[in-house]
Amino acid sequence: MNASSSARSHTHKERQSLAWRLHIDVPLLVSLLVVMGFGLIVLYSAGGQSESLMMRQVARLAVGCTAMFIMAQLPPRFYANWAPAIYSFGIILLLAVLIIGDKGKGAQRWLEFAGFRFQPSEIMKLAVPMMVAWFFSERVLPARKRELLVAFLIVMFPTLLILKQPDLGTSLLIASSGMFVIFLSGVSWRLLISFGVVAVIYAPIHWFFVMREYQRERVLVYLDPERDPLGSGYHIIQSKIAIGSGGLDGKGWLKGTQSQYEFLPERSTDFIFAVLGEEFGLVGVILLLALYLIVIARGMYIGSQAQETFSRLLAGAIVLTFFIYLFVNIGMVTGLLPVVGLPLPLVSYGGTSMVTLLAGFGMLMSIYTHRKLVSK
Amino acid sequence: MMLGRRVTLKNQFKEIAMYRNRMLVSLFGVLAMMLLLIVWVAQLQITQYEKYRTESDNNRIRVLPIAPTRGLIYDRNGILLAENRSVYSIELIPEQIKDMEKAVAELSELIVIDEDDRERFFKEVKRTRERFKKIPLKSRLTEAQVARFAVNRHRFPGVSVEARLVRFYPYGEILSHALGYVGRINDRELVTIDQENYRATRHIGKVGIEKYYETILHGKIGTQRVETDVQGRVLKVLEQEDPVAGSDLYLELDLGLQLAAYKALEGQRGSVIALDPHTGGVLALVSTPGYDPNLFVTGISNKDYKKLLNPDRPLFNRALRGQYSPGSTIKPHLAWLGLESKTISPSYAINDLGVYQMPIEEDRRFRDWKRRGHGSQIDFRRAIIESCDTFFYDLAYKMGIDKISDTMQQFGFGEFTNIDMGEEVPGLMPSREWKQRERRVRWFPGETVITGIGQGYWLSTPLQLANSAAAIASDGIRYDLKMVGAIANQNSKITIDPVLAQKQVDIGNGQNFKRIQNAMKEVNHNKFIGTARSAFQGANYLSAGKTGTVQLFGLGEDEEYEAENLAERLRDNALYIGYAPFENPTIAVSVVVENAGGGGSNAAPIARKVIDTYLAKLQEGK
Repeated sequence: MNASSSARSHTHKERQSLAWRLHIDVPLLVSLLVVMGFGLIVLYSAGGQSESLMMRQVARLAVGCTAMFIMAQLPPRFYANWAPAIYSFGIILLLAVLIIGDKGKGAQRWLEFAGFRFQPSEIMKLAVPMMVAWFFSERVLPARKRELLVAFLIVMFPTLLILKQPDLGTSLLIASSGMFVIFLSGVSWRLLISFGVVAVIYAPIHWFFVMREYQRERVLVYLDPERDPLGSGYHIIQSKIAIGSGGLDGKGWLKGTQSQYEFLPERSTDFIFAVLGEEFGLVGVILLLALYLIVIARGMYIGSQAQETFSRLLAGAIVLTFFIYLFVNIGMVTGLLPVVGLPLPLVSYGGTSMVTLLAGFGMLMSIYTHRKLVSK
Repeated sequence: MMLGRRVTLKNQFKEIAMYRNRMLVSLFGVLAMMLLLIVWVAQLQITQYEKYRTESDNNRIRVLPIAPTRGLIYDRNGILLAENRSVYSIELIPEQIKDMEKAVAELSELIVIDEDDRERFFKEVKRTRERFKKIPLKSRLTEAQVARFAVNRHRFPGVSVEARLVRFYPYGEILSHALGYVGRINDRELVTIDQENYRATRHIGKVGIEKYYETILHGKIGTQRVETDVQGRVLKVLEQEDPVAGSDLYLELDLGLQLAAYKALEGQRGSVIALDPHTGGVLALVSTPGYDPNLFVTGISNKDYKKLLNPDRPLFNRALRGQYSPGSTIKPHLAWLGLESKTISPSYAINDLGVYQMPIEEDRRFRDWKRRGHGSQIDFRRAIIESCDTFFYDLAYKMGIDKISDTMQQFGFGEFTNIDMGEEVPGLMPSREWKQRERRVRWFPGETVITGIGQGYWLSTPLQLANSAAAIASDGIRYDLKMVGAIANQNSKITIDPVLAQKQVDIGNGQNFKRIQNAMKEVNHNKFIGTARSAFQGANYLSAGKTGTVQLFGLGEDEEYEAENLAERLRDNALYIGYAPFENPTIAVSVVVENAGGGGSNAAPIARKVIDTYLAKLQEGK
């Protein structure tokens, strides 16, 4: 009771509005739509002004928004109750992928299911934070060390399975989504720091015994793109040229020579940020980041207004993972981070990841609009 | 109320406070990382903007070379001797073709591509560093082949038919040794040429005038700055600097005279040279057999090339590189030296019994070509007109090799004529020092004796023979030989002045020179004893000349004769030098016909035809 009253109450008017009854958070929806709209403008240029490509992207966004709408209808309690089942189902699918999955581009990621091809790792993007949040929801926080260890294992098991596919980008996202839950649950700073120290010690071991040759090569090329200017370094060199040559205000929409003359590879998918950088310059880059920041800020606000441990932790993890998503993509396209193969959220063309992402935002809306309200 | 039984209210407060604290930390983390991204991107877009802008321009902008048009070659009357014709060739851009072997195989179903073409093409693909360069696979496509490709064009991305200007020599074989030819640039030439200026050029002068005047004929490359995509496709022309076409050459050569000389010599092996004695300009230069220079332009096939490697050696430029004993043609020069050096007087005469005996080695005898000799009272005049050997054995012995060698060099023997062709050889004017140096043996007096009839070590090229005739025609003034009389570009035409040869004949008061010129006139016009009298019978002008008939002893350059040809190849070489008109000469000629027999009956008639043609042309011109 006190917890609910500590949250800011909502006016009668807001409660009665159509959006509220449809479980839609208008500020989040609007800011997401603005990012998508800006993304479509960039994609129109990056996709070589192909109308069919635009139609397909709009359709995909529509599917994603539908998923978001459906997810918003289900109460947080539902997600909490189903978390262990979804998580277990996801783990089974991941194991299935490793055993019988399709190989695409040298990695085993796909599962063929009744004529549908999909990546079970997508489920885990939501199932892992749900599972960890569920695990903590019944417990006194900050959790004890043994509980933290269990939570850690919940995160690491699917992460390693996905890493083994191998899919570095997705495993990174899943690990961070779970880790954010642990972080937000109030694990002590001392523990976090000692964990960091262990990681630093472990890194070289990982380098030599766990990483694949192509992953190591990616890291080496990231450190020095000139190592392989025509092969793996080519993407990042062309991408940096595109961004750098954009200057302050860019070359203008549809006028980026790197993008339009196809010097930039994967320009409509993973490297679409370079198109933005080239055609809209630093101004465009800051604009996109500002739009993203609005989405993140709204997500954080929703988290801080959540009334239950489960919703709170889940909301925070979803929004922070969203940030990691865009940070890793922009970092890799600009040469700040290694190339790990993640799309720019809400902007890059294609990918089932778009649907998962919007489904996550649907959960945020659900968390916000299913609160118990205290009348004054 | 819904928050689980185990959770106390106190914990909820604590949890929310902790959560908000963590959220705040996260927010600062997000802001800091976004700032990091912005700083990093700003570093690329602001700090390093110039660098990346340049790199982006380097990506999209390419400088395409535009080949200059090769200069044309005209004769002295402005008749085109070497032109550029548009030729269709099929060209491939390796970067745009996925499977080169397959593409070539499929193309060869449409257009016959032989092994030579294939080999050359793949070699050039390997060699080319420049990206998106069009590499020719097959040149000289017929209209039908162009049409057949056009229909199937969609099947061959990266393949196109291009029209290129390619050298064409309308007179083919007739001018082959006078002009030389161009051919594809080979690996060796690639190292020496100005790579930048030749970026768009495929052909280069290989021999002759085409090679010697390569830099003038080639011109200066033009460039086109274009915008391209990653496939190398040109999207837009940004700016263009036009190429500067090569300059045209106007030769001293007279095509009509060349045709007459070629016709007169056709079917035989030999050379005809005609000079303007007052400039050193080459009016005609024929070496037979010749070859079709057009075969070399786009690459000669192995089959065609083998055909040219026959014993008649059509590729051999006899005019510049054939080295022949001058024989009796140099008797006037020696007679003049005898008179001028006062070794003999104009009235000095011998009794010729057909044999000469040296004073010191009396057992060595030198026979005259005329078995019983030329009779009594043979002075220098009769010795020239009848071509008496005995007189010149005696004279040469009396003058000694040193004097002969020095003075004959002034007539150009053993010297380069400095013709603007590049390939000439200097022949050989033997001397005491030369023999000691090259053969490590001293000079024997008997060798001086046979030098008197232009035999022994003495070797001269047809060019040198003509040059010495021109020197006699112009009272001792000798010029370097030149093929090109003027060089013209769009704006101006520069005439090339005659250049005096380094060594000149000092004719003193000219009295003795006049004497031998008169004797040479008798060679052509003395109705009773002139060795070239029948050749010049009925000429409506006066002229001067000297015949030569050179015995071969199976040595010299022609050692590869086949057995069945031996008899023919051992026949005498027929030689002739002369000039006309006798007063104010306008043409000097030399004729060499290998294994033809006597010079008077086999070489002189060819000279007559050439001189007749030229004087008639001059007559018409007036």
